[in-house]
Amino acid sequence: MLNSLLLLIGITLMYSTPLVFGSLSGVISERSGVVNIGIEGMMVVGAFTASAVSYFTGNPWLGFLMAGIAGAAIALLHAGASVTFHADQTVSGVAINLLAPGIALFFCRRLFDNAAMTPVCTTLPKLFGEGALNGTPYASLNVDVTVALGFAAALIMWFVLYKTKWGLRIRAVGEHPAAADTLGINVERTRFICVLISGMLAGFGGASVTLAIVSQFTQTAISGQGFIALAAVIFGKWKPHGAYGACLLFGLAQALTVVLGGGSIAIPSQLMAMLPYVLTIIVLVLFVGRSAAPKADGVPYLKGSR
Amino acid sequence: MKTIVKLLRKPIAASILAIVVGFIIAAIVLAAAGYAPGPSFAAMFNGMIGRPKYISNVIIKATPIILTGTAVAFAFKTGLFNIGAEGQYILGTICAVIVGVTFNLPPLLQIPLVILAGTLGGALGGAAVGWLKARFGINEVITSIMFNWISLYLCNFVVNTQTFHQPESTSTFPVNPSSYTMILPQWKLSEEGLNALSGTPWLYEVLVKTDVNIGILIAVAAAILIAVLLKRTKIGYEMRAVGLNREAAQFAGINVNRNIVTCMLISGALCGLAGALSVTGLEPHNISTLAAFENNGFNGLSVAFIAGSSPIGCIFAGLLFSGLIYGGQSVQQVMGAPSDIINIMIGTIVFLMALSQIVPMIADRLERKSKGAENA
Repeated sequence: MLNSLLLLIGITLMYSTPLVFGSLSGVISERSGVVNIGIEGMMVVGAFTASAVSYFTGNPWLGFLMAGIAGAAIALLHAGASVTFHADQTVSGVAINLLAPGIALFFCRRLFDNAAMTPVCTTLPKLFGEGALNGTPYASLNVDVTVALGFAAALIMWFVLYKTKWGLRIRAVGEHPAAADTLGINVERTRFICVLISGMLAGFGGASVTLAIVSQFTQTAISGQGFIALAAVIFGKWKPHGAYGACLLFGLAQALTVVLGGGSIAIPSQLMAMLPYVLTIIVLVLFVGRSAAPKADGVPYLKGSR
Repeated sequence: MKTIVKLLRKPIAASILAIVVGFIIAAIVLAAAGYAPGPSFAAMFNGMIGRPKYISNVIIKATPIILTGTAVAFAFKTGLFNIGAEGQYILGTICAVIVGVTFNLPPLLQIPLVILAGTLGGALGGAAVGWLKARFGINEVITSIMFNWISLYLCNFVVNTQTFHQPESTSTFPVNPSSYTMILPQWKLSEEGLNALSGTPWLYEVLVKTDVNIGILIAVAAAILIAVLLKRTKIGYEMRAVGLNREAAQFAGINVNRNIVTCMLISGALCGLAGALSVTGLEPHNISTLAAFENNGFNGLSVAFIAGSSPIGCIFAGLLFSGLIYGGQSVQQVMGAPSDIINIMIGTIVFLMALSQIVPMIADRLERKSKGAENA
């Protein structure tokens, strides 16, 4: 019993981590007032960069870092379009979701002999070192180091958003950019930086798939996690801690299907797999209620407009 | 100068400019990666329109994305973002298969019944999202994403039920042949038909070698119908009013909540219709276990945005999108260049469409400049 419970916790943490990075990516961008539908695409680029860099250099940490930079580079497009040129943020995000996987696969085929996947690469270490807790029931708690990084990222974002001057500015820009502007906050610069950070976090999210859960990039390494992360942002009411909780819930649901899937339970596995998504809607209806998006979320800021 | 300014002011100018620049950027990427852009594009267009069979396949593959594109464009005009087109499309295929396998009526009854079932399935999926938004204020993006996954697993569930599962496969039984919407499905394979067709090779190629079906006619009709609904009717006017300013519409006495549900219902119905037409019109006329999304709905998002959210534009954007994807395979076969270049190109086009409001701004600037020159 204890064993399966610990296993459940371990798998939950494992599956929720890419979502945590992805949803934090959404939180920072949307709190500053820029909708980011493109998390999925940014995660794909991160996933590819991470495993390619780790394969060529043998250094997964460098891969992780470069994944963040690659994600930010893609986010540069989104920031340029939606902040500088006041473009439609939804359309730009959808474009990123087409463009980014295209770029990742193009480079992948170019570098790896027309294959749509990278070779197996060196992955990031476990939290307590390889095989540290083996033999004890706690072995399944020796999770990937990315789990801790994801938690730290959520903690830092919560601190920055709610306890620092910078966070107040970001929130002000997302709620009422005109008011923030009159107080001397540079709306465009704040949003631009937030979108770049958003891209970096999404890149980390991709990396935490290909450097921890699986050890190579494939065409389906990221299949919808970016969209689930987006849902987690809304589920968590645009708060870093809320989003983190939502991601844990999605991770738990996925872990349940893994742990219970092998058992003798009569529920068909497809219905089990459906459960987290049905549950989300029920929870939203019963407990969460009206979504409270940042007021200026998705609205381009034109200086002088009211 | 005046004609240029006038042309730039037309809504279609942004789409055409975006497409042209998309091609240029793809050419630059190809050249930088060491592939000659000219022959690559030649290979692509050859794979798109080089043979009657290719043209036919482009049209066949355009059918579902014209419909999902129209669905997304319609929702977008009414202020809703239907990212759930994918799930509603899947629901359409599921319902079409269930009804098409269960019933076996004469084609004249069976075909409308199966198509109606698929349409209803999609409509229900859409309406559920709309209702959750109207009644509980839940953002349609989150529920749509959840419904996409629910639909995917529902599809896998139905595939594995005893009633519908085709033994030793990962699919269901095909729908009864009376539901087929291909053009002359039996005649074209009969001896008589093959004899008659052998005289005209292009017709032989189109009819026998592809699943040419009536879907495209329905898709085009649906897009036109939606355009008329939006532009020429009172309901359409109200829907657009809600899309432009929800509070103002409410103040003017429009029932905003009912509007949201209706719009999502119509949008979902279009996606369900797309799914049903795929089942009735294309081999293998069934549904299979889905490991990942097939993107018929997600591609609808791209189509809608390339079309600048114009339903009529979706017809052309859908054909272009389908042509690029289908012809893009030839780039890899002929040139060895990764076919993903097509996704980069389409992504660039959609990205530029996001920036489309720059085009009228350029027109304004040009006009001011030319006026300044006249005055000087």
